[in-house]
Amino acid sequence: MIRHLLTADGLDGETVNTVLGTADTLKQTLLGREVRKLPTLRGRTVITMFYENSTRTRVSFEVAGKWMSADVINVSASGSSTGKGESLRDTALTLSAAGADCVILRHGASGAPHRLAEWLDHTGTRVVNAGDGMHEHPTQALLDAATLRERLGELSGRRVGIVGDLLHSRVARSNVHLLRTLGAEVVLIAPPTLVPDGIESWGATVTHELDPQLPGLDAVMALRVQAERMNGGFFPTAREYSIGYGLNAARTAKLPEHAVVLHPGPMLRGMEIAPRVADSPSAAVEQQVRNGVHVRMAVLYHLLAGEESTA
Amino acid sequence: MASRQSADAAAPAGERELLSAGDVARTVARMAHQIIEKTALDSGAEHVVLLGVPTRGVPLARRIAERIDTFSGVSVPTGALDITLYRDDLRQQPNRPLEPSSVPTGGVDDALVVLVDDVLFSGRTVRSALDALRDQGRPRAVQLAVLVDRGHRELPIRADYVGKNVPTARSEDVAVRLTEVDDTDAVLLRRPDSSSGATSSTATSGREPDTESGTETAESAGGKQ
Repeated sequence: MIRHLLTADGLDGETVNTVLGTADTLKQTLLGREVRKLPTLRGRTVITMFYENSTRTRVSFEVAGKWMSADVINVSASGSSTGKGESLRDTALTLSAAGADCVILRHGASGAPHRLAEWLDHTGTRVVNAGDGMHEHPTQALLDAATLRERLGELSGRRVGIVGDLLHSRVARSNVHLLRTLGAEVVLIAPPTLVPDGIESWGATVTHELDPQLPGLDAVMALRVQAERMNGGFFPTAREYSIGYGLNAARTAKLPEHAVVLHPGPMLRGMEIAPRVADSPSAAVEQQVRNGVHVRMAVLYHLLAGEESTA
Repeated sequence: MASRQSADAAAPAGERELLSAGDVARTVARMAHQIIEKTALDSGAEHVVLLGVPTRGVPLARRIAERIDTFSGVSVPTGALDITLYRDDLRQQPNRPLEPSSVPTGGVDDALVVLVDDVLFSGRTVRSALDALRDQGRPRAVQLAVLVDRGHRELPIRADYVGKNVPTARSEDVAVRLTEVDDTDAVLLRRPDSSSGATSSTATSGREPDTESGTETAESAGGKQ
């Protein structure tokens, strides 16, 4: 098993299937229970370090840890010594020295979790990437895969479209790697200004037209337009973007009957997804969040439950 | 995952058959009779649920339920109770895969739950199962049925129904094989690979369980506690 979870890129099919299988078993185990608490990670300490805002990722990691009886401590950049000028490395070493068995990091800089894993390598503290800049968000890709499997069955041979702000999206990159590992075909759809350099190496089809793709898709994922990472000029107006790439009722009507609509959240209703689509039965947004807890439980289980010496 | 009891073509020198396929069937039938008698489930007074501990406790529970149905006409619900998440030795072992749990509809509240496992050894599996069961609900009472009791308890736990008592050395391994999992029915006693391959009769006495050398092998090889 893996020591850290830093990327979806390079995760082999066996590891992915094991984690998804564990997540599914955990979901069934806890289904309908009055007391959602397992003793599995009793005595383990998990620290979340979020240098960027987050609702669902931070909360679901915290819930996942707590349902498995780990002690979960949340550190945010604003309330910590980062504000006094402490480096990421020193903060991480401090958390590790204070007893963290696992550090879950969200950071605005792509690659920050990799550096953290290197710095903490001698300590035995595990690192989970909860989103780093415009790079990767592996647990999001895992929970998306879990959701798609629940809706569609095996993903091998399925065709998944990812629409929107590919340039700034760590979700898209992680999903492309993971979906391809599971045998699915990925189509990336975005205006030319929001397509990153080097996208040819991702192994997915890239197009600028959404409508012709719709009838052939088993699932479509709308990405959030990341205004906080944009300094203008990517598209003329929000309305224009929405007309070209927003998922509205007219568009989803062109999808096959069984097709699933995903959104990693937070949703900008009326921008990349219409309210009617977001609340329709084909949308799996809440299911994604629910699965997020179980997938993160599975990740923590595989990183933390077994014997300490596995390197 | 199934490496512990991979099928052997012929019984090697360090292996002895404790129960044949016919013995397993007779033992299961006897345990079914005992459960009917002790719980008086055919009087309808008691709601009995059989919960097997994966891997082999699950098919065993189903077989006992099938026998109970044949003998008494009462259909007893069965399920599976995975204990991996409740083990007290998770940190001493490499990561274990989870097995699905399934509690029959109607749950375990106020039921008489009979936990079913293949081998009773240290008792730690049963302790974990009791913890797991507590999270499923509140049974009226819990009993334990095992195909083989091999001794060496480390906790104050005893079985209510025992298929066969087998005195063993700690270094030995009791391997239960069921067709549902292993394509054959048998219970085997296996000695660790050692130089003394010709001591086929000493183990049956079982009087010196803790004085055997090499006590680690059976524990580390077997997943069952």
